Amino acid sequence: MKNERGQRHNYVERGVTVGFLTDPTLCIGCKACEVACKEWNDVPSDGGARAAIGSRSYDHSGDLGASTWRHVKFVETETEEGLPRWLFLSDVCKHCERAGCLEACPTGAIWRTEVGSVLVDDDRCNGCGYCVVSCPFGVIDRRGRPTAEIIGSIAGTAPSSGSSEAVAGEGGAFKCTLCYDRQVEGKIPACANACPTDSIMFGPLVDLKEYAQVRVETLHQRGVTDAVLYDGQEGNVNGIHAMSVLVGGSVGDAAGDAADLWGQPSNPTAPYAYLAASWSSALLTVVLSAVACWLAFVL
Amino acid sequence: MAEAHPVGFRWVMKAKERGTKVIHVDPRFSRTSAQADLWMPIRAGGDLAFLGGLISIVLKEKAYFAEYVEAYTNAGALVHEDYQGPDDLGGLFSGWNAESYDTSTWQLERDADGVLVRDPTMEHARCVLQVLKRHFARYTPSMVEEIAGVPEQRLRAVADHLIAASGPVKTAAICYAVGWTQHSKGVQIIRAAAILQLLLGNVGRPGGGLMALRGHASIQGSTDIPTLYDILPGYLKMPRGGVGETTLDGWCATHQPRTGWWANSRRYMVSLLKAYYGEKATHANDYGFGLLPRVTKDHSHFHYWLEMADGGIEGLFLMGQNPSVGAQNGRLERKALAQLDWLVVRDLVEIESATFWKDGPEIERGELVTEDVKTEVYLLPAAAHVEKAGTFTQTQRMLQWREQAVEPRADQRSEAWFVHQLALRLQAMARAESDSSNATADRDAALLSLDWWYPEVEHGAIKGEPQTEAVLAEINGWRTVDRQAGRAAETQPGAVCALDRENHVHHGPQVAGFSELNDDGSTACGCWIYSGVYGPDGVNRAYRREPVGRYGHGWGYAWPMDRRILYNRASARPDGKPWSKGKALVWWDDSLGQWTGHDVPDFPVDKRPDTAADLNGEGVAAHPGDAPFLMQDDGLGQLFVPEGLVDGPLPTHYEPLESPLANALYAQQSDPAAGRFDRPDNLFADLGDRRFPYVLTTYRLTEHHTAGGMSRTLSRLSELQPELFVEISFELAGELQIEDGDWVTVVNLRSAVEARALVTRRMMPLRMGSQDGKPRVVHQVAMPFHWGSSGPNRGDVVNDLIPLSSEPNVSIHESKALLCDVVPGRRPGDRELLQWLEQRYPELEIARTGGVANVGHGARSASDDASEELV
Repeated sequence: MKNERGQRHNYVERGVTVGFLTDPTLCIGCKACEVACKEWNDVPSDGGARAAIGSRSYDHSGDLGASTWRHVKFVETETEEGLPRWLFLSDVCKHCERAGCLEACPTGAIWRTEVGSVLVDDDRCNGCGYCVVSCPFGVIDRRGRPTAEIIGSIAGTAPSSGSSEAVAGEGGAFKCTLCYDRQVEGKIPACANACPTDSIMFGPLVDLKEYAQVRVETLHQRGVTDAVLYDGQEGNVNGIHAMSVLVGGSVGDAAGDAADLWGQPSNPTAPYAYLAASWSSALLTVVLSAVACWLAFVL
Repeated sequence: MAEAHPVGFRWVMKAKERGTKVIHVDPRFSRTSAQADLWMPIRAGGDLAFLGGLISIVLKEKAYFAEYVEAYTNAGALVHEDYQGPDDLGGLFSGWNAESYDTSTWQLERDADGVLVRDPTMEHARCVLQVLKRHFARYTPSMVEEIAGVPEQRLRAVADHLIAASGPVKTAAICYAVGWTQHSKGVQIIRAAAILQLLLGNVGRPGGGLMALRGHASIQGSTDIPTLYDILPGYLKMPRGGVGETTLDGWCATHQPRTGWWANSRRYMVSLLKAYYGEKATHANDYGFGLLPRVTKDHSHFHYWLEMADGGIEGLFLMGQNPSVGAQNGRLERKALAQLDWLVVRDLVEIESATFWKDGPEIERGELVTEDVKTEVYLLPAAAHVEKAGTFTQTQRMLQWREQAVEPRADQRSEAWFVHQLALRLQAMARAESDSSNATADRDAALLSLDWWYPEVEHGAIKGEPQTEAVLAEINGWRTVDRQAGRAAETQPGAVCALDRENHVHHGPQVAGFSELNDDGSTACGCWIYSGVYGPDGVNRAYRREPVGRYGHGWGYAWPMDRRILYNRASARPDGKPWSKGKALVWWDDSLGQWTGHDVPDFPVDKRPDTAADLNGEGVAAHPGDAPFLMQDDGLGQLFVPEGLVDGPLPTHYEPLESPLANALYAQQSDPAAGRFDRPDNLFADLGDRRFPYVLTTYRLTEHHTAGGMSRTLSRLSELQPELFVEISFELAGELQIEDGDWVTVVNLRSAVEARALVTRRMMPLRMGSQDGKPRVVHQVAMPFHWGSSGPNRGDVVNDLIPLSSEPNVSIHESKALLCDVVPGRRPGDRELLQWLEQRYPELEIARTGGVANVGHGARSASDDASEELV
């Protein structure tokens, strides 16, 4: 499988569900995906996490958020021989099969596209933030003003100084669009297009799933025995459209340790899991209250 | 490579996916190490010992590719009887006269006909292979550990991988960048790698080679058509001043050997002069050879910069270079700028070199006062690469044409526009002067003789842009026409961009390649090695975009003559058959009577492999049919180099100019021929100076571009690396009680630089033998150097810590292995910094207040790598 740069696909027309497979065993941590994402989608600067130097290795983007739709995580660890091991994982919105953000949105601003991706319509977003707390991966966020000192830009795409200036789309919820506008034109997403080592693979989800199995097996054969597939089958999101190969956890572990290492939930659970229970308990409360009232009158 | 050449590293990752083992040698664990199968931490400056250790293993265990070595290298040649090496002379080679080497004892024995005497058994005691064996015998695994900090079993692992990946059926490649070149012995480090590759048979074969990864998009191009002072396009030597090279014949006598490819030098020089001076270059006037500037002394970067610092230079053009941040001893270099009368800076943004007079560190520290800086700075906005058409030449010598994507805005202009317009104005001035005085001043002769013919094109609102294709056509070369005789009334078939600015026919048909160039003025060629890129068929080969086959022919154009792998005759056995099926590249086809294969043969196409050497032949005709290295006089790979290097025919380990260790191999501490520029503002720490216990090395980050003009000014790159830092091991951080993220100051005799500490296990203390019965540990710290004093993302200039120095062959500085101290906390600001430095290091005050400036042993010449990768 390879990224079809320079060719036009028609996944939108055909309604093919597409996604990503991100493979840290091929990632060189160059952050071209982060830059290409911001460049194509005109995402403003969020300043760089200055205070975090060192503790996050070469990572100054911090986390996924309203102004960071692709984020390369840098993990410094050790091999069994005590030599350094440096792992890079480019993370992104998972475009869940059953998406917490989408289900929580009260204005209908979040919708599912023809290619199965989850998209926020800024015009209809009222900034309530329900989606933010409903994402089990902590991906979607409301755009605030940069917390760190803002880096200026001669291209005029970011505020030039100070954090008092307004940011485009401030207050609204933002996240990866899977480059929906590029999908409509038949182009692969900007991040996958820019990735020099094809660590970010883009394509139809069914093909990616098949490729992912082969890839993990290949890695095992090569001695990368800790490689596991992170595909969101655990928990209640019914699978994710942006899968990852994870490394660095315990061998044989079903993505648990590795997920911890990368800060991903091993059991991603959206709040709708609690809906039945909370509605039941509400109903029970109503019934019990009614009974209590009735008893109070009767007695 | 992943760190600084992420796009090129795509192919390393592809190879790795196919089973290639990737070994990375670096003092710090970088993004490249993260994807390597084996990371080899090494003491910065110990590279040659490490390579020597590998060569020693290959020789000792006879793991070299014997058939290749015997046939294609000078391994069997006999070295002069009086040759003595560093083993005999305490680290020197024979011929040292306290200033430079006399190379007479480095010569190889020749018979009465001038042919190399070779021992096919390679057993003769004086043959190169045996000399090599003795020379590298000292590089034992324990010696390598003591010098480079590489333990024996890890050295062994690298040797095993390399040996297993070399031979008739396999090849191994070595890639390097300025981590190897920026040393006081940089050229000899590359030489050691070349020896290793020749011994393993990895040159001229697919998958082999020794690849210089270049620091910018067209650094290769800027040596091919040089921005260097001592060579002309196509590596022709710039004539030297004095009596020897006043005429073309005199130049040829020095620079045109009888045998080897350079026997064609005269054709290339005359064709170049015809391109420069057009009809003003005639047989009668030596084709204008006398108009060329002469090299009268070392004019490489540091030499002229020191001259500038001492007030000896009036004006300077800075085009796409930011020495205030990117050049060594930045403090000295910035103060030198203030000695100029005028300075023209052309760049994309207002870089530090254009603002040193108002917000440079010297203003803050009171060393310069804005009102007193006399320099008139002209800042001119430049067009970026997407705003102009032209070619880049990348590391594979491949020219790739790029189109103009967008129009430059406002006053932004291309370099071509600027140089063209400047030339027109200068010529007009000279002409006016000459008309008014009825005589041409000597200094104007060359200017007035220049054939500045380029047609112009209009780009939107921009007028007077020279047509870039016309420049490429000139670089390719053409047949000249007699314009006076009227023979050129119309353009001839095969002519490209044949009309000049006034629509007159300027030249005849294009040549198809450098083999058509003549020395009688009938051809003109701007750069002979590029000839063929834009031939009589009118196809701009740099602009081809349809690759076919494994080597990408059909995409771009690799000089010479679209050969993708140089010296590819070596990919076949001496009898002309491939070494193996898998590694077949070019071979002799008996039925066709010519060389053929997957690449363009880098050999006379119809010269049979069994051709005997022609004793009277000139050029490559003097070579036999099994001598692949055409450019060399003898056609052989040079394990031993009798001519061309000024600091020894073989590489040997010397310590960096600043080192924590005494040279474990020899009494000679550092390369004797290296230049130090000892002056009060360029002091070095002596061996054993315990005030500077740590090794400092510098590097580049993926997120930034060299001096930062193209990255610190962009939010999307800046936010990814917003601050200068220094990488420190856990162990050293523990000793110094530094926490991750703390401010620290890195200081040495040049300056002090503050940065955040990045405490990481990716830096490891090295165990290097033992001292007083205890293991000796060397700590190294590493700093990226992209930050400067202006723009939105600022930081101290790391290059301020680096002294000016000069490798003997190409004048490159030593920035990869230095000494420093690390002090917790921020440095004092403003004027207090200099006081603080002088209190710590009293010699600085002595130097400032009247220490004797000992301006000493400079380097001899600069070429190739000298000033190209300063930043």
